[in-house]
Amino acid sequence: MNDMRIADRAVDTHGIRIKASAVQVYYGESHAIKDVSVDILDKAVTAFIGPSGCGKSTFLRTLNRMNDTIPICKVQGSILLDGENIYDKRVDPVQLRAKVGMVFQKPNPFPKSIYDNVAYGPRIHGLTRSKAELDGIVESSLRKAALWNEVKDRLHAPGTGLSGGQQQRLCIARAVATSPEVLLMDEPCSALDPIATAQVEELIDELRSNFSVVIVTHSMQQAARVSQKTAFFHLGNLVEYGETSQIFTNPKDPRTESYITGRIG
Amino acid sequence: MSDISANGPASAGKPRVSILGQSARMKSRNRVEGIFKTLGLTAILFSLAILALMIFTIFRDGSSAFFQTRAAFPITLSAEIIDPAGNRNRDDLTKQTTMTYNKVLNEAFLAALAAQGIKTDDVPEKEITAMISKGAAGEIRADVLADPSLVGQTIEANIVLGGRIDGYMKGRVTRESAERDSNVTMGQLDIADRMKEAGMLATVWNWDFITNTDSSDTRPETAGLGVAILGSAYMMFLVLIMCVPVGVAASIYLEEFAPKNKWTDLIEVNIANLAAVPSIVYGILGLAIFINILGGQMGVEALKMSASLVGALVLSLQTLPTIIIATRSAIRAVPPSIRDAALGIGASKMQTVFHHVLPLAMPGILTGTILGLASALGETAPLLLIGMVAFVANYPAAPWDGGFSDPATALPVQVYSWASRSDPAFIERSNGAIIVLLVFLLIMNVTAIILRRRFERRW
Amino acid sequence: MTVLPLLMILAVLAAAGFILGRQRALALAGGDTKKLHSLPAYYGWHAAIMAFVPAFCALIVWLLIQPFFIERAALSQLPAAVLEDSTASTLAMADVRRVAAGLDTAVAQGAMTEAAIETMDATVTDLRGELGKVGVALGSAVSSEVLAAAKQYRESVASASVVRAVVIILIAVAALARALKLTAPDFWARNRVEKVVLWLLMLASLIAILTTVGIIWSLLSESFNFFSQYPIGDFFFGLTWNPKFGGGSDLGFIPLFWGTIYITIIALLVAVPLGLFAAIYLAEYASKRTRAWVKPMIEVIAGIPTVVYGLFALITVGPFLRDFFAAPMGLGNSAASVMTAGIVIGLLNIPFISSLSDDIINAVPQSLRDGAFGLGSTKSETIRQVVLPAALPGVAGAILMGASRAIGETMIVVMGAGAAAKLSLNPFEAMTTMTVKIVGQLTGDTDFNSPETLVAFALGMTLFVITLLLNVMAVWIVRKYREQYE
Repeated sequence: MNDMRIADRAVDTHGIRIKASAVQVYYGESHAIKDVSVDILDKAVTAFIGPSGCGKSTFLRTLNRMNDTIPICKVQGSILLDGENIYDKRVDPVQLRAKVGMVFQKPNPFPKSIYDNVAYGPRIHGLTRSKAELDGIVESSLRKAALWNEVKDRLHAPGTGLSGGQQQRLCIARAVATSPEVLLMDEPCSALDPIATAQVEELIDELRSNFSVVIVTHSMQQAARVSQKTAFFHLGNLVEYGETSQIFTNPKDPRTESYITGRIG
Repeated sequence: MSDISANGPASAGKPRVSILGQSARMKSRNRVEGIFKTLGLTAILFSLAILALMIFTIFRDGSSAFFQTRAAFPITLSAEIIDPAGNRNRDDLTKQTTMTYNKVLNEAFLAALAAQGIKTDDVPEKEITAMISKGAAGEIRADVLADPSLVGQTIEANIVLGGRIDGYMKGRVTRESAERDSNVTMGQLDIADRMKEAGMLATVWNWDFITNTDSSDTRPETAGLGVAILGSAYMMFLVLIMCVPVGVAASIYLEEFAPKNKWTDLIEVNIANLAAVPSIVYGILGLAIFINILGGQMGVEALKMSASLVGALVLSLQTLPTIIIATRSAIRAVPPSIRDAALGIGASKMQTVFHHVLPLAMPGILTGTILGLASALGETAPLLLIGMVAFVANYPAAPWDGGFSDPATALPVQVYSWASRSDPAFIERSNGAIIVLLVFLLIMNVTAIILRRRFERRW
Repeated sequence: MTVLPLLMILAVLAAAGFILGRQRALALAGGDTKKLHSLPAYYGWHAAIMAFVPAFCALIVWLLIQPFFIERAALSQLPAAVLEDSTASTLAMADVRRVAAGLDTAVAQGAMTEAAIETMDATVTDLRGELGKVGVALGSAVSSEVLAAAKQYRESVASASVVRAVVIILIAVAALARALKLTAPDFWARNRVEKVVLWLLMLASLIAILTTVGIIWSLLSESFNFFSQYPIGDFFFGLTWNPKFGGGSDLGFIPLFWGTIYITIIALLVAVPLGLFAAIYLAEYASKRTRAWVKPMIEVIAGIPTVVYGLFALITVGPFLRDFFAAPMGLGNSAASVMTAGIVIGLLNIPFISSLSDDIINAVPQSLRDGAFGLGSTKSETIRQVVLPAALPGVAGAILMGASRAIGETMIVVMGAGAAAKLSLNPFEAMTTMTVKIVGQLTGDTDFNSPETLVAFALGMTLFVITLLLNVMAVWIVRKYREQYE
């Protein structure tokens, strides 16, 4: 743990984007998330860390209601996005997910061309009026995902033909193209090699200037490198939440300390 | 990576849209969603509705085949007429044909009508006696031959009436439709109505439909499924004893012993393709190989046109791929750890397979076998080509008397041959035969489901 | 001795072999099974197999060869003129066999004695009449040559069966003796038995190959026969189908092919949308409980015999289409039509298409669905724009298989499509298909060797090739599709 580089960038608090209070998640009988309250800041990277099965991914998926696709999953408590409860009856989860985008563990480009992958979101949400506008979104999204230079000559090649790291950046571009307010990333680097991981991490840091990013990660080094805020989950509880530098250098809870020093996990 | 600030939709520049409530676009997208989901549901409901309609029409048109309109009246079996020799000897009795009995029957019928005081108006006698089924005299004759002591007695007989009168009683024939029908007259229907009022007519349960042989075009009322049921039973038995051992043996070999090489690949591809060969092609195979070559040129007596043995051979070949595919997947579902355990304590490969793998795969094999047999039971097309559609007047003999090579027919083939006759009364029989067929299929499928539920094992 | 008793004797010998082999092994080991290499039962099985298998194989070979020798003996009684012509001699031999069989029946029923047959003279006895009395119908009166040949035939058969029985039983006994001699405590009985069992298993798996060979051979040989009587070009490119009893028929394939294809297209137009939507609903929308109920119910559709659908087409769908569509629109008044058969085949194919599509849709990885949902697509958008395009090759394979089944379907078209071969575009007209004509030509009364009958084999071969190609293509596409997600 001694070579850990703490992100010492100033935390730019633009206010709270998501305010989760007293969230409970049940999978059938089992209580997966126990009374979690957390504030996700705008224009910052928040990392969720914790041992496997601690509920960090489950909690992430409640933030854009991806859990709705699992019939036995039940969510209680309130999650406010810009002051509006996303579990309100009037909220269409489909519409919500356009604002809270998601990138998954395994790169999952659609079996379509690179262009169509990125244009997918804008098309279904009707974000553009002309082909030129759509071209613009595709290009800017690919630029934001730092993929433009690599693929600009083969936009109509299948997305599945890219390398793993490129595929994941394509998925990020795809998520960015709908101009979400929050970007959720579920262990986005776990299927990638170290070089691709470094590229994606760099990208996450840059995405911070436009979006609020929440990242679930297995790797404490990664959390330390890319995030400003860190939340430590353990057995469905949010154990500790604070500035990344503070969590890693001066954890308040003994469980956090044991985890980051490698005793549990 | 310096191109982050390039143009494009920056979230900051746009006015914020509330997530509460749906945008107009979202509403129309959700409408499409609703339509799409409804289409899916409609497809399912439509398919099931058609299925229900089909089963409904079968039962509506077919259930009456299990009932038959009969007239009850006394018949005096006068000894002078049917036993002129007067010795009650069976051999002498056989000399009297159905013609003799017809006369007795007709006279008894006319007398009974008169006795009941049923007005016959001016309906000619010929028309009145034509109300009785042409098969009725044969039934009486058979009764007498079975029990010669009946001669000279007066019996209370339940006589089968003709198909039109039967149809009129069941509501299939109406006065309207009868007007266009040269086989029935209004006078006959009037008499039938009066007989019913007098309690002479009754529509009763009809075992003959299950047990009788097929009958000629002119008397649908006596046609039965006996030969077809027996033929189907013979074929199912033969398919079971020929196809299942071979299928299971082949599956064991392919799954457990076969080396993985081009030769076994060929067998596998071959089996997959055989499963998709149209059934009629198996009929051509049966005709060309079993009947023409083996039965004809090589002179194998047992392989004849219409024989249930030939039918069973054809159905076996056709069912074999199904059974092999089911058995192989059942064998494959037995975990390798079982095999390792047996081999590990010194059992030979063969012992492992026969002592452990096969018993554990048995429920799956049985299920596959029953389903394979069920599809063989419903198979029609190949049997047409090997002559099983021919009219068969006699029951096949018992299996030990060479009955497997006697001409027979099969349930689904009987459905087809009755459906292709012109008299609409045969359509009732055809639907009735389907009900019998469906009952057998239901029993087989339910057995398979119970077996699967009961022995289903999760490893 | 006929074959059945002989087989029974072999079975008895095998059973005896089992007991003897087992006992001998035990006796040699002094009752101590531990001294034996294999379990005692294996020695029994070894002896039983030795007693049965070689003799049985010899019997099979004998039965295959015997007819040639016996026929040669019988044929020698026939006039040389008959022997020169191969067709005539085949026909004559069939007569001989029938007369011989008739004599056997007569003897069995006690209507004749062997002695009477011995002295019988065809010019004196009315053999045809005599045999007719015992229920054996002959086509024509029996000539003296045929009677002589039949007598010779019966004699050869009788003597052959005696010799056969003796030889076979000798082989069985000799092999059994050898097995017992081999039996010794250190004899590897189990391995020998297992080897034989392995051979049996392998033979069973060869039946599948033999079936294919049989199918191809029977189709090819009679098709060649047909094409030697009818020009191949006229068959494949002929535009008229008009078989006549007296010969001079037009046997053009095109009208049948058109009827088949037209019906298949309609069947697919019914089955594909319904099957695909049903599969989509079941895979993506239905709750687990609904799925558990509805799926088996849809599969019931496939479990009902096709003849039932045929009757449904004949008495319900056909008249309905005629009365409510064809007649009001002035498109004809035939209940049997392309539309009737096509729709009913389509209904039958719904479960087939839907269960294949269901498998294929389920093979699309969940991560793709998640990706689409994560971007904010609705379920139907996910299905239409992500799942279906990804599953398209697989669905195409399923459709090809459905087409192959529709082309090969017989009973529904026999009962619902009609028998008139026509090249017409009107879907409410009765047309006919390859399968209908196969049934029609092979169940008719025409002479087997006439082109009118043999054409069925050419049709069968074409049908076999078409369906095989469609299936091979479908399997190839589906396999490629599955590899993509492995």
